[in-house]
Amino acid sequence: MADQASSGHSATFDTHERHIASNRVFGFWVYIMTDTILFASIFATYAVLNTSFAGGPTGKELFDLPSVLLETIFLLTSSFTFGLGVVAVNRGRRQEVLLWLAATFVLGAAFVGMELSEFGSMIAEGFGPRRSAFLSGFFGLVGTHGLHVTFGLLWIAVMMVQLVRKGVTIGTTTRMMNLSLFWHFLDIVWICVFTVVYLLGVM
Amino acid sequence: MSDHQISANHIAGAGHGTRTSYAIGYGLSILLTIVPFLLVMRSSLPRGTIVITIVVLAAIQIFVQLVFFLHLSTSSEQRWNVVALLYALIILLIVAGGSLWIMYHLNYNMVPY
Repeated sequence: MADQASSGHSATFDTHERHIASNRVFGFWVYIMTDTILFASIFATYAVLNTSFAGGPTGKELFDLPSVLLETIFLLTSSFTFGLGVVAVNRGRRQEVLLWLAATFVLGAAFVGMELSEFGSMIAEGFGPRRSAFLSGFFGLVGTHGLHVTFGLLWIAVMMVQLVRKGVTIGTTTRMMNLSLFWHFLDIVWICVFTVVYLLGVM
Repeated sequence: MSDHQISANHIAGAGHGTRTSYAIGYGLSILLTIVPFLLVMRSSLPRGTIVITIVVLAAIQIFVQLVFFLHLSTSSEQRWNVVALLYALIILLIVAGGSLWIMYHLNYNMVPY
């Protein structure tokens, strides 16, 4: 395994190793499902509070749809570039994986950056999470998603370091699969966020 | 699984798509994202129609991403992934749907002030 690892070229993993790796990926999938339930609870909270403006601003006054669309395209494209990284890791092409991971990182960072600037300008205008129950729900939900993406970025950075140091091994491949589940899952949660919070919020 | 190398390294239950499957998923997702944004920003259709359309489009996009990005399928090696997903969806329905249902009735039964 070691020399295959350092060469970074395609390795054929043995059946037993693949069996263990499959179980690990399934375990991570179960974690993702519990995360789904976490998001379901926060969505329920937001949905219940979403008209409690307390005399504060409504979604229609706060949200800027063109910039949310751009944010969405960044995240969606990052999901696509990550997918290409998964194809590359399955073929054992380390340089290619690193390239796609770097692209994913930049797009994900652009998404988080836009979100932070949106939060920053809202708070600067006095419309922070304390202003109304609606805004508490908004910052709670969108912030939790943003925090997940931020940790995803950290994981991508760690993944890149591991790929440089260890190459494409059964271990790094398994972690790439887990990270891909995490990253695509965040994209799916964002579909619900932009639909429920932003699109329905301005109507 | 036309590519032998992919099947050799394939870990069950994980992403094993091809460039084509990711590209199809990406194209469909972009379309299913831009259409609802344009509907809300530009269209003059009745409110109810737009709400139903964007919710349906979101549901379709979630399905598209589950299939083309997460590669969920009904194959036997994926069975437990799907079972876990269905279980999570039932909980989701109870938590989110139940909360909305209860809170709606609480509001409805409240004496107006």
